[in-house]
Amino acid sequence: MTELAIRLRGVVKRYGEITAVDGLDLDVPEGTCVGLLGPNGAGKSTTMRLLTAQALPDEGELELLGFSLPGESKQARAQLGVTPQLDNLDVTLTVEQNLLVFAHLYRIPRAERRDAIQRALELAKLVERRSARVDELSGGMRRRLLIARALVHRPRLVLLDEPTVGLDPQVRQELWALIDALRSEGTTILMSTHYIEEAQRLADTVMIMSHGKAVAAGAPSQLVSEHAGTDVLEVYGPPARLAEVEGLAGSNGLRTRRTGTSVSVLGIENGDGIGIDGERRPANLEDVFVLLTGEEIG
Amino acid sequence: MAVAARDRRLGRLERSAITGVLVREIVNYSSYWRAATFSSTVEPTIYLLAFGFGFGSLVSTVSGYDYIEFIGTGIVATAVLFSSAFPAMFGTFVKYQFQRTYDAILAAPVDTEELVTAEAVWIATRAGVYGNVPLLVAMAFGLDPSWGMLAVPFICWLSGFGWANFGISVAGFAKSIDNFSYIVSAVLTPLFLVAGTFFPIDGLPGWAQFLANLNPLHHCVELVRHAAFGWEGWSDVASVGVLVVFGLLTWRIAIRAMTRKLIT
Repeated sequence: MTELAIRLRGVVKRYGEITAVDGLDLDVPEGTCVGLLGPNGAGKSTTMRLLTAQALPDEGELELLGFSLPGESKQARAQLGVTPQLDNLDVTLTVEQNLLVFAHLYRIPRAERRDAIQRALELAKLVERRSARVDELSGGMRRRLLIARALVHRPRLVLLDEPTVGLDPQVRQELWALIDALRSEGTTILMSTHYIEEAQRLADTVMIMSHGKAVAAGAPSQLVSEHAGTDVLEVYGPPARLAEVEGLAGSNGLRTRRTGTSVSVLGIENGDGIGIDGERRPANLEDVFVLLTGEEIG
Repeated sequence: MAVAARDRRLGRLERSAITGVLVREIVNYSSYWRAATFSSTVEPTIYLLAFGFGFGSLVSTVSGYDYIEFIGTGIVATAVLFSSAFPAMFGTFVKYQFQRTYDAILAAPVDTEELVTAEAVWIATRAGVYGNVPLLVAMAFGLDPSWGMLAVPFICWLSGFGWANFGISVAGFAKSIDNFSYIVSAVLTPLFLVAGTFFPIDGLPGWAQFLANLNPLHHCVELVRHAAFGWEGWSDVASVGVLVVFGLLTWRIAIRAMTRKLIT
């Protein structure tokens, strides 16, 4: 059996009346990339804060790299890299100075510091911009630096909290390549995201979260085939037509979901011949998500 | 390597954690030292010159000293206050609230206790340097140098450590940066005025003298004057004691305040 980099059992975190994390179980095996998928407020960021002991659980057990949290959190943090959702680089410093500060915070011995910084610069493709001040960088470069900063000490486990939120699609692709490279090096990754495509592309296992709970977990393709079938029929039309389609699908035992201007009929491969016209497309994680939580995402 | 790291128990107040936070401050200082040096030196110097010449023309001697000597030594405490309590209040709040710097530092193997300690040590060290400026300015206007003055940086450091922790505590308890006005008006301004900097406190009513003796700034003023003009034995030891207690107390309060704020 592979070792678990992260093990959560029955974790509960309350803020006053609000239960941000509600009895969460989570396993992240070493060497895998696990994606926490959920809308804003699902408890993803609180889970991340619990893992760095910046939030203390009300109930439950947390283990990170074999260390029990929050008691042995500092040992765990020494081997952990964290990319926060909000950019907190030192903007008046250069790219290299930002990395130098974290090389010290992560206790890299003096003799290895230069190489570590060089490696991080190469990983983030920022070698050319090493002397640029952070406030002169583009949004994508800043995000790459934020990730490189978390990798300077070669952590065994990396937490990425919404790594591409707010970035252009093109820049997002660059970051995906960076995360993918990290994954193929064998680094364990726990990533939170509310982008379906991001989870589908990068994660070995996806855990869908809603209201602080895990509602489903598994490989993206497995989750899709298990919950949403293989094909979806997307039907566009006026509201009356959409209601009619919903009725027709329901009477044939097929599930549907509304997406603004259309109705999606799920598992259409089992309903050939019900006589609805529409666009056929493969089922995706978003279908699963909406089915399981009743919420729209993104 | 993983096994070695697992065996090694990481304790409290580790040197490497404190060094890491100090390195961050030192590297950042290289980008703003001009502004920090300007405000920490020019402000007390203006006080020194304004009071020195303004009052100095009315009163020639106070408590047996030339007024410029009296105030040149007294203003050292003001310089310490300005270069410790204020940067600590605003800097801590900005790093916590706006820059989110502390979130990044606490995700590394650094605990809140180490973070606060390092920040206070850094600010105290700056105060230990900037505190000497009024003394140097006063020398240009006739204050005689003495060997005892070599103790002034240490007095400033000790005092600055307490005020830095005071400022961090205020930032830790404040809900918004506007709350700082209450502290500045109701706490810092009276303490700054009734510290024996501008006038001797032995002219004050008894209750005010009693309160002034609880004012750490007053003990800083006394120590600097005695360092310049001659030590006064047990009274100086008592003053050092007050500053040590002030530093330790505010240090623990600052750690508690920031832990409450940063660890939810």
